Order: sequence, then structure tokens, then C-alpha cells
Amino acid sequence: MTNQLAQYANVSLYSAMAVFTLAMVGYAVYLAGLVPSRDRGPARARAGELVGVGAAGGMPAGRHTVPASGAADGATTDGVTADATTDDAAATREGGAAATGDDAVPVRARKAGGMAGSLTWLGALLLVASATLRGLSVQRWPLGNMFEFAVMGSMFTVLAYCVWSTRRDLRWLGIFVIAPVLLVLGMAITVWYTDAAELLPSLRSYWLVIHVTVATLSVAVFTLACALTAVYLTKDGLERAGRPSFMDRFPTPRVLERLAYGLHIVAFPLWTFTLIAGAIWARQAWGSYWNWDPKEVWTFVIWVVYAAYLHARATSGWSRQAASYIALAGYLCILINYGVVNVFFVGQHSYSGL
Amino acid sequence: MAQATRERVTDPAQPRLGAKGWLRWTWRQLTSMRTALFLLLLLAIGAVPGSIWPQRSIDAARTADYIARHPTLGPWLDRFGFFEVYASPWFAAIYLLLLISLVGCVLPRSRQHWRAVRAAPPRAPARLARLQSHAEATIDAPADEVLHAAREVLRSKRFRVHAHDDASVSAERGHLKESGNLLFHVALVFVIVGVAVGHLFGWKGDVIVPVGQTFANTLSRYDTFSPGPWVDAEDLSPFTVHVDRLDATFEESVTGKGQFGQPRDFVAHVTTTSRPGAPAERETIRVNHPLEMKGASVFLLGNGYAPVITVRDAKGEVVYHDATPFLAQDNNYKSVGAVKVAGAQPKQLGFFGLFLPTAVITPDGGPSSVFPDAKRPALALGLYTGNLFPGGRPQSVFTLDTRELTQVKAKDGQPLRIWLEPGQTVQLPSGLGSITFDGVERFAGLSIRSDPGKLLTLVSALLALAGLVASLTIRRRRVFVRVSPAADPGRTVVSVGGLAKDDDDTLGEAVEDVLTALRHRTGTT
Repeated sequence: MTNQLAQYANVSLYSAMAVFTLAMVGYAVYLAGLVPSRDRGPARARAGELVGVGAAGGMPAGRHTVPASGAADGATTDGVTADATTDDAAATREGGAAATGDDAVPVRARKAGGMAGSLTWLGALLLVASATLRGLSVQRWPLGNMFEFAVMGSMFTVLAYCVWSTRRDLRWLGIFVIAPVLLVLGMAITVWYTDAAELLPSLRSYWLVIHVTVATLSVAVFTLACALTAVYLTKDGLERAGRPSFMDRFPTPRVLERLAYGLHIVAFPLWTFTLIAGAIWARQAWGSYWNWDPKEVWTFVIWVVYAAYLHARATSGWSRQAASYIALAGYLCILINYGVVNVFFVGQHSYSGL
Repeated sequence: MAQATRERVTDPAQPRLGAKGWLRWTWRQLTSMRTALFLLLLLAIGAVPGSIWPQRSIDAARTADYIARHPTLGPWLDRFGFFEVYASPWFAAIYLLLLISLVGCVLPRSRQHWRAVRAAPPRAPARLARLQSHAEATIDAPADEVLHAAREVLRSKRFRVHAHDDASVSAERGHLKESGNLLFHVALVFVIVGVAVGHLFGWKGDVIVPVGQTFANTLSRYDTFSPGPWVDAEDLSPFTVHVDRLDATFEESVTGKGQFGQPRDFVAHVTTTSRPGAPAERETIRVNHPLEMKGASVFLLGNGYAPVITVRDAKGEVVYHDATPFLAQDNNYKSVGAVKVAGAQPKQLGFFGLFLPTAVITPDGGPSSVFPDAKRPALALGLYTGNLFPGGRPQSVFTLDTRELTQVKAKDGQPLRIWLEPGQTVQLPSGLGSITFDGVERFAGLSIRSDPGKLLTLVSALLALAGLVASLTIRRRRVFVRVSPAADPGRTVVSVGGLAKDDDDTLGEAVEDVLTALRHRTGTT
């Protein structure tokens, strides 16, 4: 029975990976549609062409334009609009780099983006099914080893992305979320896989549900924030260099940075809670709320680095770019905490199952 | 360069700072955000070595082993405190400077905040259109009615409202943001105070208690005891703990990688008294469920086997009979231990060797254990005679100090090897007597700890979290409403302006909301 359910959980996981692969292709096609094409003439000719299309009115399956998202009001808008004139105005206001920002997105690309969105939902639900089946098979909360942590973490990341994407157009971010998730799931099923089994006595506590779940959720939000920060820094760099790219259609750097900050200030209190809950549990299980165990050290290091990010962002002397690099360093620490500390460092958190 | 030259020309003499000036300058530097940020990053980097190298306070044996294996690097790392990072002077320097920086930042900000909270919102600017956000409308109501409505609308939106003149209303909200910020930082200081209290007044001790024996909480009973500097170790709460039974279960059904033989549950059934002679209570201690006694908590942190061994002399008199704890070396509880028969005559006897709960002889000849539960227990021992306690120095109960001991040889000249299974007795050579393996008991490895600072730390940490959430989520805003009579009588032009302290992407919406509510209340649609 146990093995049967665990098998189903794995099947569900493999299906999710297949679905995410398709979603990733969809997002890639969507981004390809945003690439400023070289074979078209200079901006003037293109604007003329677009107005021409707009004036033709009927618009067969021809061209639509995606606004230079967020250029006007700082918010990403729905991609479907044919209002080339407004776009142009917005682009002009944005200046320089946005000059190439109003290419029409081929309908194929937009379709691919939409399908990718649906597939992402499907994959997320398959991950939920996988985690649930795994939990049922071992009759406990499925967060007992590195494999389960990876699956739950990916699930939270994708779910957070999906829920967020119902509030704003995030198709441009899709590939930057799904690709790392797919990588982690691949690692999970090959390197970190652990057979379904009960827990070590020290892990049998309701604090497992509280502490590890919030930690996982926090890491998921940090992951989204990291993806956004990376996109922000790249786009900012490209714009400064004046190089046209598919990122010209993304929200402005200012908006990207603010979105990333918004995620960080959700994730940071969650991480603080993780730290406190972990300390309470450590006291229950090991007799002392703080033992300088490698995992505790790194949890603390991550907390301090992100605290530094929040301070840097609030300090007028620091640029947003510099602060963002600290946030990236914080995420690097999360990766070390998960991938290196769990496996290679000797400590009391040795539950990787490897 | 040019600028520097010019400065030198126009301002040749820098004012001298003096001692007081330098102090002030140092204080300013230390309490600046830039320094705090630098120290934060330094703290993060400084904490890392403690996770890479073994720490003496956590695992002294592994630390010593590391230094022995790295004769060049080890001593140097040791000199710079890399094996004692969290007690090293440089780590202390970082967090103490950070603490000072924090206090130096929080104090003036608290004073400022105290004033700001008590002050009325400032006078409305003349031209609200110049503010970050602005909205304007003409309303079918006289000016005083509109202003009255404005006050009510803003109050209902939790603004603090004040009117400096007859044509405007000033409102402010979000002081809790800064309150939360200050609470967070002050609470952090108290977290550290709590940690310090625990360090100074807390203590911990470890003791091995075989099943059937009683532990009394006095200093002499502990195997190891580490008190804080300000602890009176002679004045411990006199409770007792009798271990009735210890249940251990291991994974037997799942055979996957890394699962077979894993521990599943440990439960110690105990009888306790709060002081000798007090009524006894039956309790259980398990992992994650410590036993709370008066003044200390009892944790079940380890367990193992204590084979019951009897040693008789040549005449058959019992010279040793005890459950003797053996210390587990691996996950299958291959355990080492020693039986020290101090009462044997004419020479003392010392047995040393292995206890194997599920014994096998591996192909290369060594005895080993293949499962942690006592499925097929056996003892594999060697024997020494001589003086067990040379110089009366303290020694581990699990090993023999062989300096004044000689190993007993078998007839073939090889060292004597004794293999015992439960119930078996072996006669020792040269009339030394006999040894009997009566049976197997388990022992409970208890850790007894007291930390009087933990509640303060916990409460402070939770307050810090609350403050953090408040400081990150609350928005600090000012909203001004200014009215002026419209061209046609009875109507009023209302201008609403908004000002935010930090990034505030919904300020515009908030200003529009105020105007909409204002129209609604005055009956204009």
C-alpha cells in the first residue's frame, strides 16, 4: 500500500516535470516573440506599418501589439491591445531603449504564452497531487528529507507564481521560474530521491509541520524574488548599455525592482518566523534553542544578508542595483544552505536521507 | 582633482576636531547606516567558518581530530579562533559593535518618533497639485460642510486629523510603521540580553542512567556538568529520576537506501520525585518531549546498551556486578566500553572491548553489528591486570588507562579474547576467576538543562517579528484637503493631495478614494 501510493506520487511528479517542460517551451516561444526583429526597418517605418494595421481595423489573425508594459503607469497590462498610438506615446515617454519596444507580438507567441500559463497550472496541481500522495503513503507531513523538501518547495514556488499571475500578466517571468523549478525537480528525483518511510524520532513533532512548511514557503517566495531581481538587473544593464532585447517588453526596471522588493518583504518575516520556530523546536528536541549547528548558522546568515538588503534599500547612499546584488547573495546563501550544508556539513540537521 | 585644488585654496585651515570632536565623529561613524550595513555583512561572513570547521564547544573530539590531521593549518586556525568562532574575540567584536551601532541608531530615532507622534500633522501646503499625488473636484456643498466631511472621512480611514486654518485639513497616518521599526530593533537587543542571561545563569549536565537506576540531581552524580559563570552548582533543585524502562524501536520493514535500521522511537518510562521523599509520579521522556522538573528540563538525547556483567574471583565470590554502559560507535550500536573491577585481588582487573547488539563476525575477522536492536547480543572483550587508576587521575568510564596494566595472554601467546553471549560464563586463565554475561539492559542518556533566559529571548523574538511585520507593511502617508469657493455660489472646489514617506505605489488610489468618499458623504455623485 505504502509503496503503491509512493509510486503514484512519483508518476505524478514525472508528469508534472513533463508538463513543465512543455510550459517552458511555451514561455520560450512567447519570449522569442518579444525579440526585436532585425529584418524590419527603423522605428519610423515600423510605427507606420503598425498604424496601418490599426487603421485597417478588421484585423484578421494578423498583428496585435503588446504595450511596452508598465511604461505609462508602472503596471503590467494585458497583452492584447491594438492601440499602437498609445503604445508609441508610452514608448516615447520611456525614451531610448523602448524605441524598439512596440513590435507586434506574433499571435503564435501569445498563444504559446497562454498555453504555457495553463500548463503551469496543470503542473502545479500535479505537484500538489504528488506531495499529497507521498504524504498519504508515509502517513505524515511530506517534509522529512531533501527529496520531499525539493518537491514541496517547487510546488510552493509554482503555486505562488500561478496565484500571482491571476493578478497581473507574468508570462514574461514564466521561464525564469519554471526552468529552475524543473532543474530542482530533476535533482530531486535523481540525486536526492529517498524511499518513502517514517521519520527519525527527532523529526516527529508538530513543529516539523510549522517550521519546515514555513521555511519552504519562505524559500519559494525568495525564489520568485530572486528570479525577479535577476531579471531586473539584467534588464537594467541592457538598458544602460542601450542594447535592444526581448526584455524591452518587460515592465520598467523601476517596477521590476519594486515587485522584487514586495516579494522580499513577504519572504523575510516568514524566514524570521522560521528562525524562531526552529529555535523553539531545537529546544524541544535537543535541549537548547540555539546550538550553532551548521544549518542554524546558515539560516542565521541568510537572515542577516537579507536584513542587510532591506537596510541597503532603505539607505539613500546605496543604489537599488547594489541592494539587489545583496539580495542575490542572500539567495546564494539559501542555495548553499540547501544543497551544500544538508549534504556535506556534519550537524544535527542531518535528515537529507542521503 | 581641480575641485580639490580649489578647496585647498579657499579653505586652507581645517578646524581642529579635538578629543570631544573625535569622539563625536567616531560615534557618528559607528551609528551611521553605512557602518551598520557593513557590520551586518561582516557578521554574516564571520558566522560562516563555524559551520565549516568543527567547533570545540559542539564536538571537541572531532576538533582535536581535525587539528591532528592538519598539523600546519590546524594550529593557525586555532590561533585565530576558528574552532571556537562564536566565542572568539573577533566575532564578539562584530556583534558588540553592531549592538552599539543599533542602540546609537535607535535612541535618537525614538526621541524623534516620540516628538513626531505627539505633534499635529503639519500645515497643508498652498498648492496641493505639486504633491506626489493630487486629485481635484467641484462639490455641491458649502466649504465648511466639505471640510467637516473631510475630517470624518479621514478619521474613518484611521488618519489623525488637524486643521491649521479654515480652508484646509491636514491628516497623517502610519506612525505605527516607525513604532514597529523601533520595536523590532529594541526587541533584538532584548533577545541578546536573554541569550546573555542564559549564558550566565544557565547550566547543563549529562548523565547516563541504566534502566533500573536512579538519578538524583546533585553535582556529584553528573558525568559532565557545565555551569554558567554565575551558577551556584551546589544549590541544584534536588529532584530524582528513576528509569523504569526504555523502549527503542528501529525500522525493520522498509529496506530502501538509508532507511533500514533507522531509529523510529525512543521512550524512557521514568518515576520522578521533586525532592527525596516527595510523592512519586510516573512520567515518560521521549525525543521532542522533555520532562519539565522544577528548575530544569530533562531531555532524552541518547541511549545505548548496558550489558549486565558479573565477575567472580577464584573462590566464586562476586567482586563485580553491574549494568555497564557501552558507548555506541555507529548506527548499528557497535559499542565500546570497559569493565573496571577495582575490588579484584590481588591485582585489579580491567576488561575492554565491544558490545554488539546483533553480532556477526565480518569476513576480515572483526566482530561487528548489523542491526541496532538487541537481536543477537554478544560481548567481545580483552583482559588487563594491574593498576586501573594510575595516579588517581580522572578517566573515561568507557576506556582503560593501560599505563600500569598488562594484557593477559591466552595459552597460545596471543592476547586473550573473550566471546560471551547472554547467560554464558567464561573461566579466566591463571586463576583470575570468571566473567558472566547475565543479560542486556538499555541505558538512557539524559541531558538536564536550565536556561533562565529563554522566556525573555522567546518573547523578545516574537515582539521583534511583530515589529518587523508592522514596519514592512504599514504605509506612512500625509493627506491634505484644501477647499476654495467655486465660481457658482454654494459649490466648493476640493483639492486633495497626498505625500508618502517611502515608495508608495498606491498613494494615488488612496487620494482618489478620499475624494470619492468625500463626494459620497456630501451627497455629490
